[in-house]
Amino acid sequence: MSEIAPKQSNLPLEYSTKQNQLNILGFWIFLGAELALFATLFATYLVLVSRTAGGPGPEELYELKTVLIETFLLLTSSFTCGLAVYEMRRGKQAGMIGWLIVTILLGIGFLYFEIEEFILYAVHEGATMQTSAFLSSFFALVGTHGLHVTIGIFWILIIILQVLKRGLNADTARKVFISSLYWHFLDVVWIFLFTLVYLTGMVS
Amino acid sequence: MAQNEKGFPWKHVFGFLLSIILTLLAVWITFSTDLPTNTIITLIVVLAFCQAFIQLLLFMHMKEGESGSWQATMIYYGIYIAIVIVAGSIWVMSLGHQHHY
Repeated sequence: MSEIAPKQSNLPLEYSTKQNQLNILGFWIFLGAELALFATLFATYLVLVSRTAGGPGPEELYELKTVLIETFLLLTSSFTCGLAVYEMRRGKQAGMIGWLIVTILLGIGFLYFEIEEFILYAVHEGATMQTSAFLSSFFALVGTHGLHVTIGIFWILIIILQVLKRGLNADTARKVFISSLYWHFLDVVWIFLFTLVYLTGMVS
Repeated sequence: MAQNEKGFPWKHVFGFLLSIILTLLAVWITFSTDLPTNTIITLIVVLAFCQAFIQLLLFMHMKEGESGSWQATMIYYGIYIAIVIVAGSIWVMSLGHQHHY
């Protein structure tokens, strides 16, 4: 199961076994499926965005400042996550763990602002999931992304602990790499949330 | 193609700066231009796709490894499905194909 494939000796550690290569390919297939999942939520939101049922609409709720803070926190976390894999490929375990911790902290910062935004909507502006079709689809879409970020934080945290315990080998390198793919993917989804939900919600 | 990394992570810094510029450009187009709404939406969606490909190519190394072309195919197919679902839903539900009760 873990025989080294000599042909790919120039590839990084996380590709060093056939099993690892299959795991990475499998994760890309999973990301393709995640694209379809988020597409259905985007489609629902974009169809229902004008159905506010007398409740607040996008232009009354969204605030550019909050959204930009969230965007830059997640964008920067994606960058630091890339640096973590970069350090891993240089064989620098401490540097990798350092950047992964920065990534997690930025992710927590993102979640803090998102939860604050949700509380502002639901508690102070009376805009809950039950208010209108627009808000049901809004919380379903943005909440699903926030749930993914939460899972990503715990996932990366557990992998940091495992690397600290076992060191960097073909197994742990693969786990770090796959979790980094997941984290970058969450930023890809956020780019479209930022554009299709927030910016288009504020333009009209 | 994919060597173990050496030196300064220029590719990552370049991708990061480009992402910030594209984000701010999208904000500027949305709030500081007098373009028609449809033009604004088209432009910022194009910018979003540019940013997504920065992530996929510069940060996620989509085409790396033995099965790099398969990885890219999976994502292109996912993007195709996503566009069909989103654009198709808007077309059917919002562009005058429904009865207005």
